[in-house]
Amino acid sequence: MAIFIAIGVVYAIRLLYIQVIDDTYAELADRNALRYVTQYPSRGLIYDRNGKLLVYNEVVYDLMVIPRQVKDLDTDRFCSLVKITKEDFVKKMEKAKKYSMYAPSFFEKQISKEDFASLQEKIYMFQGFYAQKRTIRSYPDSIAATVLGYIGEVSEARIEKEPYYKRGDYIGMSGLERSYEKELRGVKGSKVTLVDVHNREKGSFQDGQYDVPAIAGKNLYSTIDIELQKYAEKLMRNKRGSIVAIEPSTGEVLCFVSAPSYDPNLLAGRERGNNYKKLADDIAKPLFNRALMAEYPPGSIFKVAQALVALDMGVISSGAGFPCDKGLVGCHNHPAAGSVRDGIKMSCNPYFYRVFQKEVQQVNPKTGKIDSKYGLGIWTAAMKRMGFGVPMDIDLPSVRKGHIPDTNFYNHWYPSGWNFHTIYSNSIGQGEVLVVPIQMANFAALVANRGWYITPHLVKGYGDDKHRKIYTKYLQKHYSLIASSWWNIAVEGMWAVVHEGGGTGHRADVPGLEVCGKTGTAENIGADHSVFISFAPKINPKIAVSVYVENARGGGGTWAAPIAGLIIEKYVKGKVERTDVEKMYMEAAPCQSLPLVRVSKPIKKGTVAAQTSESSSSQQSQSSSSQAAGTTSE
Amino acid sequence: MDRRSKSILANVEWKVVIAFLFLVFVGWLNIYAAVYDGEHSSILDMSCRYGKQMIWIVAAFVIALFVLIIDPKFFSQTSYLIYVVCLIMLMIVLVMGSVTKGAKSWLGIGEFGIQPSEFAKMATALALAKVLSAINVDMSQWKTKLIAIGVVVLPMGLVLLQNDTGSALVFCSFVFVLFREGLSSLVLIFGAVAILLFVLALLINPYILVGAIAVIGLIAYFILHRRNSSAKFIYFLAGIAICSVIVLGVDFAYNEVLESHQRERIEVLLGKKQDFKGAGYNVNQSKIAIGSGGFLGKGFLQGTQTKFNFVPEQDTDFIFCTVGEEWGFLGSIILIFVYVWLCVKLIKMAERQRSNFARIYGYSIAGIIFFHFFVNMGMTIGLLPVIGIPLPFLSYGGSSLWAFTCMLFIFIRQDAARGELV
Repeated sequence: MAIFIAIGVVYAIRLLYIQVIDDTYAELADRNALRYVTQYPSRGLIYDRNGKLLVYNEVVYDLMVIPRQVKDLDTDRFCSLVKITKEDFVKKMEKAKKYSMYAPSFFEKQISKEDFASLQEKIYMFQGFYAQKRTIRSYPDSIAATVLGYIGEVSEARIEKEPYYKRGDYIGMSGLERSYEKELRGVKGSKVTLVDVHNREKGSFQDGQYDVPAIAGKNLYSTIDIELQKYAEKLMRNKRGSIVAIEPSTGEVLCFVSAPSYDPNLLAGRERGNNYKKLADDIAKPLFNRALMAEYPPGSIFKVAQALVALDMGVISSGAGFPCDKGLVGCHNHPAAGSVRDGIKMSCNPYFYRVFQKEVQQVNPKTGKIDSKYGLGIWTAAMKRMGFGVPMDIDLPSVRKGHIPDTNFYNHWYPSGWNFHTIYSNSIGQGEVLVVPIQMANFAALVANRGWYITPHLVKGYGDDKHRKIYTKYLQKHYSLIASSWWNIAVEGMWAVVHEGGGTGHRADVPGLEVCGKTGTAENIGADHSVFISFAPKINPKIAVSVYVENARGGGGTWAAPIAGLIIEKYVKGKVERTDVEKMYMEAAPCQSLPLVRVSKPIKKGTVAAQTSESSSSQQSQSSSSQAAGTTSE
Repeated sequence: MDRRSKSILANVEWKVVIAFLFLVFVGWLNIYAAVYDGEHSSILDMSCRYGKQMIWIVAAFVIALFVLIIDPKFFSQTSYLIYVVCLIMLMIVLVMGSVTKGAKSWLGIGEFGIQPSEFAKMATALALAKVLSAINVDMSQWKTKLIAIGVVVLPMGLVLLQNDTGSALVFCSFVFVLFREGLSSLVLIFGAVAILLFVLALLINPYILVGAIAVIGLIAYFILHRRNSSAKFIYFLAGIAICSVIVLGVDFAYNEVLESHQRERIEVLLGKKQDFKGAGYNVNQSKIAIGSGGFLGKGFLQGTQTKFNFVPEQDTDFIFCTVGEEWGFLGSIILIFVYVWLCVKLIKMAERQRSNFARIYGYSIAGIIFFHFFVNMGMTIGLLPVIGIPLPFLSYGGSSLWAFTCMLFIFIRQDAARGELV
């Protein structure tokens, strides 16, 4: 009897210990039976500047299977409904069984709503199968792929840095999807459910008391004008290059095209992996965002900046005249320019050779020494204030900064010494100067505003309709510190380019509009790039545009100028009346075919092998290397 | 007849009957909870285990009533017959039984099967009581000892042959009876020392253990020798030798005789091995279930471990998990109290019997019930190795419930008739 009682007491003590004193078992029981199921918020939508939808979430269905529950399946019927072959069926079932007999696994991913409709009515007949709703990104107009970007599964490295993300989560990989990831993604919630020993769900825990609802992502209101974007993409359909248009008064990007482009829907659906590979392998590099990442030599459009800096430095006057001395640098045939305005209008190379010489080899009033280093230092700083050579703080990822050489750069390259004659190619936008199209568009806006710009951006606001927010950096004006009177000279020059005889850009003319512009012909590895920057109207400008047409076998006036004209007409007038012109440039395919063959030209004295550090990722930046300055420019 | 049955009712130990009803009710409630999966169906649903158990319970009541009506002398007179029938059944099982969970202990009759080993315990208790209650029995005689042990070992061996080690071990509980009836207490002491040595032999290197035993033995001898010269050196040497043989024998038996799954269970219990997925899975999940119950428990049908089948065998051998999880510490100690009270009460009742047969039988069943309780609960709370025997009156299963009911009510009937002349 004593033994009975003793054992009873021992057991009671043991129970007291494991049940009341030690609470690790309670925790272990929770870990067994509670599953925290993530509730995914819906990702924010993206609208254009007029409230039209650019990106929305489309409902698709994942067909799930629980292998153990599959019974009496009419395989033929099932396969025909799901649209798969019998072999596929066997393969998918094997895979699911291997994963788990009890837990659900994916049988067929992302079945469209249309395809699912026929399946939905009959799915009850197939025991063990059920559909699970999810959303993918969808693009009604199939435009603006490089602006919007795409989403994809988050990488392991990112998960390690940001534990918010879990394996299998989707994250913005490029474009606005990436730069506004935090706004778009919303906040994940969680639901606590009970599971049994086979991992089957058994309902919610304590009536959802511990559930945290997901918070939907914020909508983005883009600055893009959907109509203009569509139009610009159409214009660039058979071409390589870019078009960037900005509203000068706000810095809002109206259209943003990198050609060739692709249908953003390709990177959203089931075939994403295959499509991505195809795009990545394309020699024309559709995934390469030229408007942000292509570093081109600016060519003659850079002359406007040269003129402004020189005027502001006080090294030339507005009436300065230089002869067109083709002995210094090649030029086309035109009368000698007698003023800065004419120099811009006729795009005289020797004129700007002299201008740059004055800027760099100026007599320093303080030291009395002729000092290229001193001059270049002032020049570099002035150029950077205009947005060149510095990365633009735009709300898109992967922007490149272009290149404005400084004294350190040349000291490094020419340890034995250098002077103006070493670096004169920069005078006409060749040599070591590199710009990206967004910088040129911004420069056009800077001229349009006569001295200031707001950093270009692609989002006007985010959040709901009533409480839109915008980053304050996109409200601030940046001043170039160049006196306002000099801007008018530049504007007049650019007006003359389009409107006066002898101007190089008259094809940009839009009847009834005072378009100002500047042509450029950027030399590079293949045929010249055709470049044009412009804004309109001259007074109170509404739009500033930069157009690059790669390897166009023609100057800036031939291809880029008329395209810029059509963009301006479309935006300012709302529609293009010159349908014949429109048709001609839409159908034209001027670009030299790929791969490019190096054009052999004699390398002249004074050419610098441009830096190669940034060139590997793009063929365009390669184009900057090695080409001699001083040949023709319009 | 009428007058007699009235006196039976008057003399029945109702407290024990109430304890029995309580345990059966608790058992059904927890089987219901263990099988329950959120979808209600009738409590009489025969496709569910709680439905079946309900039938077994009703049948058990009929058996109990039947036993109460029968003349108490019937059992003492037919005890050998019952014993022999059980032995034959055990042998039949060996030939044509069906195998469940490694043990060949089921005899299929139509759709249902019975487990003769469950009834063999009762039959052995009856037979042992009959043998030892015979006139002129003297436990000090070797012949008596051998007959008594033979009565126990015969069915035990047959059950062991069925590969049902757990049920076979239950027969060890008859040691209690033999002890009560005059078996030397040395046997118990020797048994306790042997178990201690067994455990130590598994934990410690056997050769070091043998050395330690020798040293302790010699020191003990010298201490005793100084105080009392009557202790003979030769006994100590013999003791040391026997202990050493046990230790080395255990080591040999453990490695050569026990099967691998039995070794694993013991190693997990002794903490030599952590294995929550294999051999230790049951015990670990069982401890989690009971441990997570807390003081008051999670409430009826609220146990996650129970409801979602994390504990295997939770309606049979691991039924106590459900009690521990859903009724907590409070429910558990109430259950322990009822078992201990029942066993103590049975011993007390046995002691008040005038007939030797009834007394020995009472001791036997108290021992059997307690052994089941001790081993089963010790297993679920991780104090004893996993030995698959049911918790009396609680675990799911017709054979077990009927056998225990029958066993208990035979004694209640004997007790009720204690006033009658033998």
